[in-house]
Amino acid sequence: MDILNLIRISAKALMRNKTRSALSMLGIVIGIAAVIAVVNLGEGLKQSTANQLSDMGTNLIMVMRANQRRGGVSMGSSNVQSLKVRDCELIAKNAKNVTMVSPVVNSGGQLVNGSKNWSGTVYGGSPDYLEIRKYEIATGVNFTDEDVKKYAKVGLVGQTIVKELFDEDEDPIGKTIRIGNMPFKVIGTLKEKGQNGMGMDQDDLVVMPYSTVQKRMLGVDYIQQIVCSAASEDVAEAAVEEVESILRVSHKIPDGGADDFEVRTQQEMLEMMTSMTGMITTVLVAIALISLLVGCIGIMNIMYVTVTERTKEIGLRMSIGAKNSAILLQFLTESIILSLIGGVVGMLLGLLLSYVASMAMSLPFVVNVLWMVIAFVSCAILGLISGFFPALKASRTDPINALRYE
Amino acid sequence: MNEKQSIIKVENLKRTFVVGSEEVHALKGVSFDICQGEFVSIMGSSGSGKSTLLNILGCLDQPTAGEYYIDGISVRTKSKNELSEIRNRKIGFVFQSYNLLPRTSALENVELPLVYNPDVSHRERHERAQHALELVGLKDRMGHMPNQLSGGQQQRVAIARALVNDPVIVLADEATGNLDTRTSYEIMSLFQSLHEQGKTIAFVTHESDIAVFTSRTIFLRDGHILRDESVTTKSAAAALAALPVENDY
Ligand SMILES: Nc1ncnc2c1ncn2[C@@H]1O[C@H](COP(=O)(O)OP(=O)(O)OP(=O)(O)O)[C@@H](O)[C@H]1O
Ligand SMILES: [Mg+2]
Repeated sequence: MDILNLIRISAKALMRNKTRSALSMLGIVIGIAAVIAVVNLGEGLKQSTANQLSDMGTNLIMVMRANQRRGGVSMGSSNVQSLKVRDCELIAKNAKNVTMVSPVVNSGGQLVNGSKNWSGTVYGGSPDYLEIRKYEIATGVNFTDEDVKKYAKVGLVGQTIVKELFDEDEDPIGKTIRIGNMPFKVIGTLKEKGQNGMGMDQDDLVVMPYSTVQKRMLGVDYIQQIVCSAASEDVAEAAVEEVESILRVSHKIPDGGADDFEVRTQQEMLEMMTSMTGMITTVLVAIALISLLVGCIGIMNIMYVTVTERTKEIGLRMSIGAKNSAILLQFLTESIILSLIGGVVGMLLGLLLSYVASMAMSLPFVVNVLWMVIAFVSCAILGLISGFFPALKASRTDPINALRYE
Repeated sequence: MNEKQSIIKVENLKRTFVVGSEEVHALKGVSFDICQGEFVSIMGSSGSGKSTLLNILGCLDQPTAGEYYIDGISVRTKSKNELSEIRNRKIGFVFQSYNLLPRTSALENVELPLVYNPDVSHRERHERAQHALELVGLKDRMGHMPNQLSGGQQQRVAIARALVNDPVIVLADEATGNLDTRTSYEIMSLFQSLHEQGKTIAFVTHESDIAVFTSRTIFLRDGHILRDESVTTKSAAAALAALPVENDY
């Protein structure tokens, strides 16, 4: 018997009992819808994290002191102020895959403009800092290498600070305000960037030459971080290796010795941040899979009832020449059709749900195609499994008894 | 009749059922031939083994002992799948309770046996089913569902289904058992006209006034053949005409 014929026979049998067929699909529909919705939402969350992270910088590579976040094991090293401006200069000169480098020194303090004040954070960097961190100038100008050399008391302010320290009709450019005890001239304002992935306001900052922060505010000669831009995403790994070997030489670390610095790429930070959402997604998918399993048991249940109820039909089909295998295949096909239709409806419902939820949570709407395929294939397999035993029972019917069955 | 080809040949057929520790001998050695073009009724009281015999003739059941040849093929050596194929190509069944698929049109019900024959194309199936329905006088009811048809009409659909694969023999078990006298006569008249067209028919009944419409009667009693005799066939059409109109109930 050919497949088309088989499908026609099974489809007709299902059509004879539309309500029941629809009801038996329901479990699969809900299960698949839940899986697809969760997976797509998880994907959207991941995407939004990635977007926000790429907002942090252009192919960003960050160099930090070692063990900043690992407690205790290599004690003392976290206090070593190992990163120096010279390291930046070496990277800028020797790392071929790095296009921009900036030291980072940060400090905080009370910002004061006349009667208004606001507690803010200052980031000291090189003139490249803004571009590395993807800040754009709204009004005014960036500071220059000359300003760095002269520890110039100039700075650019983010939109939050503009709002907090200046009147609406007041132009901040050229105004002198104070941070702590140090007055500085506002030479530019930054375009709004919004919150980052962790809900931090990225517009609440002042950017100054690193030398100004080092010498005039903190009185130190080390730097806290180095940020670099790799030439492209593809060479990010190569750039990391260059930076590492440059710093190992500069810090005179012997072969096999532990680094006193740590280099992270944007990709690694993304992985760190998404591992959490990934875990939550996994748990939710597991729960959704359980409901899918329940849906399968539902189909199996209905198929058993169907087989018993249609004993006479089975007997008749056998008496007019249907082989046992034809009966087996018919019921298997019915069960597969049920679960596949259920699966497709579930997929559509899942897409709709994840679309609505993404809109509601202002996440990007992403369709995980791989999981759509997985869902479709597993529906076929689940239909096969849940239909098998009922179909086997049907194919073992004794036609004489079945025809007598009332 | 002897010069005609033998369609069915049974030799010393026995069928024993084992129920718990007891043995029920439903058939205790039955032998006969049915030739091409015969219209045979099988009669006997309840429990005499009529259905058991018909099930074996229909290849739904296998004899405990004895030989059975249908159209020259020995059935005893056949596998389950081969028996299915014999049922599909050589046998047409008519049941007491019609056994039509519910919510399925008359035409599709009649097509059903051909669905299990891969040699028959979709179109041929359709045409043959239409033709079979015309043969039983239901040309204008092809699209009707079983629940939209009377009992007699449903049985006609079932007869069309039994004819559609052009079987070597049509087997009917109490095919008029659920029908009133008039409708029974109508069905018998249909069988007679099929017989005239050359169909071979074996018809189980326990009503002698139905058996008179056939041309030969095999009497069973207690698993044995009691008598096997030719009868002078009465015309069912004439009997139908003779029925008083008030007899419709
Ligand atoms: N599957 C079975 N298991 C055990 N005994 C059976 C089975 N089928 C039939 N029999 C027995 O075989 C004998 C013949 O039964 P069968 O059904 O052939 O009778 P019948 O002539 O068709 O009767 P009726 O006119 O009532 O239909 C009966 O005694 C019955 O109890
Ligand atoms: Mg019987």
